[in-house]
Amino acid sequence: MNVLVCIKRVPATGATITVTEDQQGIETRNLGFTISPHEECAVEAAVSLVEEHGGSSTVLTLGESSAVEQLRDALALGIDRAVILETDGREWDPQATAQAITKAVQLQREQGLDFDVLLFGNDAADTGDYQVGVRVAHALDLPCVTGIKGLEIKDDRAIARRESGVGWELFELSLPAVFTVKEGINLPRYPSLPGRLKAKKKPVEQLDPQGNGGGLEKVRLKTPPTQFTEVEILGEGPDAAPNIVTILKELMLV
Amino acid sequence: MILGLIEHDRGILNPISLEMLTMARNLATDTGVPLEAIIVGEEARSLADRMPAFGVPRVHLVQHERLDDYAPEAWANGIWQLMEMLSPQAVLAPGTDRGNEVLAHVAAISDLPMAANCTEIQPGEPYRVTRLRWGGSLLEEAKLSAGTRLLTIAPHVIEPTELNETSAYVLETFTPELEDKMFRVRITRRIDKIGDKVSLAEARVVVGGGRGVGSAEGFVSLEELAGILGGAVGGSRVATNLGWRPHSDQIGQTGTRIAPDLYIACGISGAIQHMVGCKGAKHILVINKDRGAPIFDRADYGVVGDLHDVVPALIAELKS
Repeated sequence: MNVLVCIKRVPATGATITVTEDQQGIETRNLGFTISPHEECAVEAAVSLVEEHGGSSTVLTLGESSAVEQLRDALALGIDRAVILETDGREWDPQATAQAITKAVQLQREQGLDFDVLLFGNDAADTGDYQVGVRVAHALDLPCVTGIKGLEIKDDRAIARRESGVGWELFELSLPAVFTVKEGINLPRYPSLPGRLKAKKKPVEQLDPQGNGGGLEKVRLKTPPTQFTEVEILGEGPDAAPNIVTILKELMLV
Repeated sequence: MILGLIEHDRGILNPISLEMLTMARNLATDTGVPLEAIIVGEEARSLADRMPAFGVPRVHLVQHERLDDYAPEAWANGIWQLMEMLSPQAVLAPGTDRGNEVLAHVAAISDLPMAANCTEIQPGEPYRVTRLRWGGSLLEEAKLSAGTRLLTIAPHVIEPTELNETSAYVLETFTPELEDKMFRVRITRRIDKIGDKVSLAEARVVVGGGRGVGSAEGFVSLEELAGILGGAVGGSRVATNLGWRPHSDQIGQTGTRIAPDLYIACGISGAIQHMVGCKGAKHILVINKDRGAPIFDRADYGVVGDLHDVVPALIAELKS
């Protein structure tokens, strides 16, 4: 089984996010970078599918050269090969991103690598567009299940699980297929030291991304009005317990 | 016209659809065009009765013998065929899992751009929209240029508002041509959740734990507190990623959004991804030994102290 997982490099944000002066991005000077959370789980899913069923796993990203760092993180977790669609750092809109990924998949296919399972994150932590995986699925004429929190594969059939308000919805379908993954589908492993060392030596294939911008264009980013509150300190340590109970009574919770 | 897609599960309305309709009605009024609604599947026919109260004079029921349960690609194809007939200037859907999914399929079929999770829409050429980024920690102003604009509306940014006067409405059925292939993804089975535990999303009191809890065992006292208050236990992303709690207990951008009367946050610093998940809480009580933790700036009440001392003391106090 050949698995493709598409990831995105995003800043690891803390308690506040600051917009840059030109309002086009966020201040990242003091931030590290990471794989977008849903996609971290997609990487884990790719590695464990190949462990279970054999075959190969490929990680792909569209982004500037620094995104190689996240590809190496994925390699360290056990992904076999990495491909970067290298950009100059400008943001690609979801239509253009989907076109570039589709072309890259077609190219891999021409070179003899056909993917049975294509994994995406349900939505990127930063842009939250909710559509790249679906667009790629249509372009490749593949079925697509979004937002999955469970995936079982037997031969060429897949059962994907999605959480609903009241339980689970199950989708049974044939492979090849596209799945967009939600955090919670698994608990990603930590990279091993030998894994990290091996990842450093693995080549990262570079491709030129091809895609045309669609009709969604960012004008600027802004911070929503935050409701900073005036906190009432009820006390220090266990002595505060009676005051907490008073509040619970005021709120009619006891 | 403006079209609004009504989301339902086997005929049960997702109420976020009504927020979307309210936003769609404002947009229709601003642009001077009618608002019409789309309902997919015969089993949701009766939902049409609720539409006129939201200013919808015409409802389109997309009907097909195979459209019985949720099948995103088939739904999208049905909607797209109807759109080709009606040429709406915009199609809106609720920014829910299904709303985003179905509209993304429509976008992919039609190669139209789509703006997900909008909080404001200014019509014009192009449309100017404000949408959520970083799960709502930031907003993006964007231009959306297309013949038909596809937008999903972020949940809980507008109150669903019925009109004072309602008039009659017309229900029109539309039968699309759907191929087998479009049903390759459909719900084939459901598993209902068992147990009668209060769900995190609906609990009146939520007790949350973060890094400060220290271990899975550390959650025992939080469980006890939640039990006494009839609430639910949740955790930060740290707590679920370290395996102290199952992921289904996660509060935050990649977990559950909570809306309790009181959220008791224990040993949680207040990363922005966590705070977007508890924005809906009416009151927040923080128990944290670090007075400098950013969560104190978002809280109503605070106790400076180690949760391992404070929570047992609180339990004892409640029991006495």
